[in-house]
Amino acid sequence: MIPTLAAIRFGTGLSPDLPSPTGANALLSRLGGADEMRAAFPIESWTARAIAIRDHGRLRRARRDSDAANEAYRVADRALNDGYHHDLRQTLSRAAMTRDGMRERLHWFWAGHFAVTEGRGALRRNVGSYHDEAIRPYLTGDFATLLTSAVTHPAMVSYLDQNKSMGPNSPRGRRGGGLNENLAREVLELHTLGVGADYTQTDVRELAELLTGLDFDKAGQARFTPNMAEPGAETVLGRSYGGDRPNRHDITAVLRDLAVHPATARYLSGKLAAHFVADVPPGDLVEAMAATWLATKGNLMAVYGAMLEHPAAWVPELRKVRRPLDMMAAALRATGAGSALPDQTTRQIRKRVTEPLTAMGQPWLRPAGPDGWPEEAEAWITPQALAARLEWTMGLAGLLNPVPDPRAFVVQALGPLAGPRTVFAAEAAEDRIAGIALVLSSPEFQRR
Amino acid sequence: MPDDLSRRRMLSLLGCSAAAFPLATPMAFAALPSDNRLVVVILRGAMDGMDALQPYGDPDLERMRPGFDIGPGAGALDLTGFHALHPAMAPLLPLWRDGHLGFAQAVSTPYRGNRSHFDAQDVLEAGTAGDVPPLAGRDGWLNRLLPLMPGAQGRTAFAVGRDEMLILRGPAAHSSWAPDARLDMAPATADLLLHIYQDDALFRETATAALGLARATGNTEGRGTDALFAFAAAQLRQDARIAALSLGGWDSHRGQARQVTRGLTALSEGVLRLKADLGPEWDRTMIVAVTEFGRTAFQNGTQGTDHGTGGTMILAGGALKGGQVWGDWPGLAEAQLLDRRDLMPTRDVRAYLAWALHGLFGTDRSALASVVFPGLDLGPDPGVLA
Repeated sequence: MIPTLAAIRFGTGLSPDLPSPTGANALLSRLGGADEMRAAFPIESWTARAIAIRDHGRLRRARRDSDAANEAYRVADRALNDGYHHDLRQTLSRAAMTRDGMRERLHWFWAGHFAVTEGRGALRRNVGSYHDEAIRPYLTGDFATLLTSAVTHPAMVSYLDQNKSMGPNSPRGRRGGGLNENLAREVLELHTLGVGADYTQTDVRELAELLTGLDFDKAGQARFTPNMAEPGAETVLGRSYGGDRPNRHDITAVLRDLAVHPATARYLSGKLAAHFVADVPPGDLVEAMAATWLATKGNLMAVYGAMLEHPAAWVPELRKVRRPLDMMAAALRATGAGSALPDQTTRQIRKRVTEPLTAMGQPWLRPAGPDGWPEEAEAWITPQALAARLEWTMGLAGLLNPVPDPRAFVVQALGPLAGPRTVFAAEAAEDRIAGIALVLSSPEFQRR
Repeated sequence: MPDDLSRRRMLSLLGCSAAAFPLATPMAFAALPSDNRLVVVILRGAMDGMDALQPYGDPDLERMRPGFDIGPGAGALDLTGFHALHPAMAPLLPLWRDGHLGFAQAVSTPYRGNRSHFDAQDVLEAGTAGDVPPLAGRDGWLNRLLPLMPGAQGRTAFAVGRDEMLILRGPAAHSSWAPDARLDMAPATADLLLHIYQDDALFRETATAALGLARATGNTEGRGTDALFAFAAAQLRQDARIAALSLGGWDSHRGQARQVTRGLTALSEGVLRLKADLGPEWDRTMIVAVTEFGRTAFQNGTQGTDHGTGGTMILAGGALKGGQVWGDWPGLAEAQLLDRRDLMPTRDVRAYLAWALHGLFGTDRSALASVVFPGLDLGPDPGVLA
């Protein structure tokens, strides 16, 4: 049972071709090794996309000049849209093929924690690159490094309006710019301390002043713009940062302190445990993780280790519902259909994967706000979202060629978790496609 | 929705579908307490109430928002000599003249503090006295209303659309559906599905509801936001008495003009869709559009506004005694603002909601102040109903 739980609760699911991790040590050892899947299924760099976005804007403005200009714009537009669906294809391919599924799950978790929503300008079709470059390389180091990387990345700076925020007494501010508290508020409320923590509107304001200067250029590259930065020291949670000349190191310093604050340790340990183990995680599990967080100054590998060492991580009861992306990846992995992903056209990816994800309530790279995706099972299993899951599993089963025998598939897909009702349904289904779809729709598969 | 479920389950065991059994359709259920209808629209992201309904008669407004278009001189439509309607809501002007549109100004929930969208929406939907409800086990005020409505059943209240609606979450039976959802499943497969879900209450009840809704609802016309209102209207013409839905996109930190125009246009079209589709039921319908908090009285440095406190509630419908603006105006002078930045709320938004429920559904005032909106002081009746 332990390898099965390791594969489904902390990885991307069971596979007929790849062995399940034997337990906590195997999961951590893979996580400590090389990131094989990012190399095997690459995503275009933020810089390349940012340049493509800039060119796309130029071509759009010029598209009425001539038929050739219009065609050039259409080609550029299609390429950007293809990239968005391509990122999903690569994401699912990684999850379907990996021996290191916890890395994919942590990538998704932290991408949701530092949520940015697909949008206009720098965020057009470029959020996948932000995840890959600003988050994925830092999943296993200190939280401070991950935090600084995500919060100062142009994607976050753009999403939460930081590049529009000017210190009231900065040169640009004195010429008519003003402060925008959006990023500062979310750093405290969502990214570090948590909303219930002991901070005030004054802390938000001071942090907003300290963050001024975070900016990016027209090519989408991060930069610090001293002209926008509020001069003088700022006091956040009773500690003073900065002074004579504003610079990015003052921002790093406050983020380093926030990363190891006891409220951050508690809030993020609870969030990790709620994501991986149970919507309402056992208190002692969260306490053990938070203690490790404080003792190791936010070393994420150590915190994951504390979670995996705790008995609560291995109870057989499946208390979590797989999110749509997680469920899709697991289904593609369990059926072997994931190996066909690279051959799918953009249109097929859109119809078969991107649009169904939206219908299931998890539109690709578009969480509703900076608080990311909901955690509770009830938020995901609603009539319309469950209907979309059921439609999709039936569609996937119909695409399999050959369609496997459901009686064998129920064992392959669920292992020791297969319950008697699902085994019965796999045998009693009116045809093979219905049998496969029922196995994939079962609580044992939809939960983890 | 246990009642509905067990009935469907029984019919399924008898080999009947609900459609083939007209006596068991929901129309045959016990008489409902009221023919009145309520539509609650949650404006997510914090609508700038002072842009939707511009108190241009307050001389401070133009001073605080020099970059905004304000008042009749800038294209807004004068309503009271003090208030002007944002031009994006011009299609609703006839409703104002008929008394089918009104506003409550300077309202807020009891939420104060960190001005978080998410916490403030939770408080708005939970209907609590300002404490952020705990994540697990929280329920919404519409859900707590349902047991107080005699004859209420699973189809009485509908959450429409794909957004999570805490406002209806809770133990009382209710329905939720997105108009663009569908589910084609062979009957035998559907029976097996319910068999494998038998021991998992969440999946069992949700799947039963989904299968029922997929059968019962045909294709609804319209797309996007329009489809939400059209679907709500279709349900309200049948058994539903309450519909709740979300309109997002109000968080106008920069370039507010375009964002607010888009939001108010969608809301206006939605109201007109309800009016058109509800037909004769329009006169028994009240629409309330509420948001988690207002926005700063001053414009910010990016032609937008930041998170504030006091805001505006929009009311519409044939059941409304509209054509008026309710509530005291607190003023915009520095000493009159909350924290020297936000419009000072002069009344709890829940008081208007409670009086609306009292008028529409006859809900007892003491139950409103204890069960539906714990700790609420209802205060005098503002007279929102015709």
